[in-house]
Amino acid sequence: MSTVPYDHHHEAAGHAAHGHGHAPSFLKTYVFSLDHKIIGLQFLFSTLIWFVVGGMLALGVRWQLAWPWSPMPILGNLVGHAEGGQIPPETYTMLVTMHATVMIFFVIIPVLAGAFGNFLIPLMIGADDMAFPTLNMLSYWFMWPAFIVIGASFFVEGGAAQSGWTSYPPLSALFTAAPGSGTGQTLWLIGVTFVGVSSMMGSVNYMTTIIQMRAPGMTMFRLPMTIWGMFITATLQAFALPVLTAAGFMQVTDRLLGTGFFLSDGATANNALAQAGGGQPLLWQHLFWFYSHPAVYIMILPAMGMVSDILSCFSRKPLFGYKPMVYSIGGIAGLGFIVWGHHMFVSGMNPALGLTFMVSTMMIALPSAIKTFNWLGTMWGGKIQFTTPMLFSIAFVSMFIIGGLSGIFMAATPVDIFIHDTYYIVAHFHYVLFTGTAMAVLGAIYFWFPKMFGRMMNDQWGKIHFLLTFILMNCVFFPMHILGMRGFPRRLADPYHYDTFRDLMPLNQFMSWCAFLLVGVQIIFVINFFWSIFFGPRAGRNPWHANGLEWQAPSPPGHGNFDFQPVIYRGPYEYGSPEVDVDYYPQTQPPTGREVPAAKH
Amino acid sequence: MIKRFLRWMPSFWALLFLAVPVMGVATFVLADHYNIWLPRDVSEHGRTIDQLFFFILYLTGIVFIVTEVVLFYFAWKYDAKHNSKPVEFSHGSHSLEVVWTILPAVTLLFIAIYQMDAWAAAKMRPPEIPFTCEVTGRQFNWDFRYPGPDNVLYTPDDIVRTDGNLYLPYGEEVLLKITSADVLHSFFLPNLRLKQDVIPGMDQKMWFRATDGGSFDIVCAELCGWGHYKMKGRIHLLKPEQFAAKLEELRQEQNTMRVAEAK
Repeated sequence: MSTVPYDHHHEAAGHAAHGHGHAPSFLKTYVFSLDHKIIGLQFLFSTLIWFVVGGMLALGVRWQLAWPWSPMPILGNLVGHAEGGQIPPETYTMLVTMHATVMIFFVIIPVLAGAFGNFLIPLMIGADDMAFPTLNMLSYWFMWPAFIVIGASFFVEGGAAQSGWTSYPPLSALFTAAPGSGTGQTLWLIGVTFVGVSSMMGSVNYMTTIIQMRAPGMTMFRLPMTIWGMFITATLQAFALPVLTAAGFMQVTDRLLGTGFFLSDGATANNALAQAGGGQPLLWQHLFWFYSHPAVYIMILPAMGMVSDILSCFSRKPLFGYKPMVYSIGGIAGLGFIVWGHHMFVSGMNPALGLTFMVSTMMIALPSAIKTFNWLGTMWGGKIQFTTPMLFSIAFVSMFIIGGLSGIFMAATPVDIFIHDTYYIVAHFHYVLFTGTAMAVLGAIYFWFPKMFGRMMNDQWGKIHFLLTFILMNCVFFPMHILGMRGFPRRLADPYHYDTFRDLMPLNQFMSWCAFLLVGVQIIFVINFFWSIFFGPRAGRNPWHANGLEWQAPSPPGHGNFDFQPVIYRGPYEYGSPEVDVDYYPQTQPPTGREVPAAKH
Repeated sequence: MIKRFLRWMPSFWALLFLAVPVMGVATFVLADHYNIWLPRDVSEHGRTIDQLFFFILYLTGIVFIVTEVVLFYFAWKYDAKHNSKPVEFSHGSHSLEVVWTILPAVTLLFIAIYQMDAWAAAKMRPPEIPFTCEVTGRQFNWDFRYPGPDNVLYTPDDIVRTDGNLYLPYGEEVLLKITSADVLHSFFLPNLRLKQDVIPGMDQKMWFRATDGGSFDIVCAELCGWGHYKMKGRIHLLKPEQFAAKLEELRQEQNTMRVAEAK
């Protein structure tokens, strides 16, 4: 740090913020905290715990696909106690449903917006906290009713919801349609509504904070891509979420009050008649996907932002095409509202609409392509440092190429007729969400861990964790493409009931072995994470020699974040600038005034 | 010498990212070898769908290989360990952005337009012929109702089958009426490249011309409850005269059962 002349703040200054005369109680500091950093960490720990739960549910699915009807050790006793550890078919559909529900609503959405959004937004824009700290605290505590309700739904009669994370009526709306369509389904709807309320509170807060609370000199086009990702995500949530909340209420009233929004005349299941009819099951799909398609981008845009920041930092080079990157995110957000019908090509929706949605869906691949080219451009001509966060970020780009390209198959309506609801789509969204977003999240944890806890994670073990994760996840998810080509349908408790799929069992067993190992090697990460919180080497303010504003704050930042008033002179990507002798040029460093030959464009 | 070679050698991490396109292509090659490939197609429009599938597969395959190899090349070439050149202090290139915006845009639009006719043929232009059969999905079975000798559905001479076996002729156009009796199902005929969700309270049409005979699976492709996995049927494609004979046989069988019930 001594080489950086402007940095005259000392570590000790970070503790000054605590000196308000009395120490706040433990409960106020760590539980009902108003501090965005603590709230961010609360989100992080909660989502990591649910990540384990979601992973276990996935292992149940993988067990059944590899060794159908054979008793599953340990987990089988939890979910199939009565059957001696076997997974009964209704439990299998429950596992599929709850794996997706937990991963989407309790892991990916809250870890991006809740954990990293909360932790990074004020630090990266130079604010002392969020615009509405109490609302921020509530956005975390509104997750808890959801955690409790969904957690409890596993233990009610009939078990947790079994109608898929998409909850399509009439299966989900009629109590008699499936064992899990009883109390479990009602609790599911209530839980998802609470998640929605929590997200909405966060979204309002993020938008206000980013617009209103930027430090002097922090113009919108000096914001890091992470903040752009969070900002656009918050906008998407604000406009799309009310639709899901309303639809959820409509389904609740269909179930409990006898309305018929989603039930056609004379709808029956197991010979029990619904109370009312006159509705349309397809209406739910339209409302659901009107939210859940933008939600797909909610699950990737912040990850793209974080990857952009990490790639630029460890290529020691400015981000390639900053403005096109920002416009691409905007384009994805705008187009994201007019592509929901591509989930419904074979649903019975008017096929003429399918053509419209095909064109808009093809077009939304464009901004993703532009972003990928710019990431490659960022690496070009740099000095790449293969640190753990960088490896995860390069992996994100590499895997996002696969996930992005496989989406084109589903977007093409005639091809979708065949691969719809096969393992092809399962491969596609796992490539985007697991090998994409989850890798970005792991990279981001390694990257911002020093800022969160003031200590470094172990880089050697980080690389081992990366290597094993990278190989195993590809072994789990890549073969799904060829399963899908074969027409292997998703959500079947026993696909081998069809003779034509018998020969796919060995491949599924290989994938399942890899899935179990993949979950197993995450132990390395867990140990590294907790060990480093207490025993990792101290990080200092800026261990990566990064430009971002958050790296000028103490590690970890005290209450109020900055021990000086940050003033911003440039964007966050001025690595390798000829204006300075070191290869980074923090946003807060006053211009050196050195004459520089005109920048290349 | 060895030192020079080591310096030239790509780093372990760059090679790891090179493994992605190599293993990716290898998987598809092996899949073909082990016959994990598109199932046999016995329909006329299926050939178009398969061609479109392979068109996209090759196109995306090329983009996949090129971008992943570029990623590998940059990771190798610009590894800080052996790249002694100063970094390119570049914030982007306007002309490159224009090129890589317009090229994919045109390609994507072309793919979309190129697909439209096949979609219209499969889903938007039903033939004007009487229904050959009505298909009803119910938890967890496929039921079939043939119009019988008068060629009109819902008349007393209809033939109703609940054993999950669907008999249809090949070589001529077939029009089906598909619906559901309870929850959503999806009528999926992998070997005919057809799939359509069935919705209670809503009748839909499905049509095709099979090109060859044989017996194939009917799969339910929309989660419909605990028994979703066993909602299996079989479709038997027969020569038109065999089909007529089969219908007659089914009708006789049904009449016998009615007589037996009357007694």
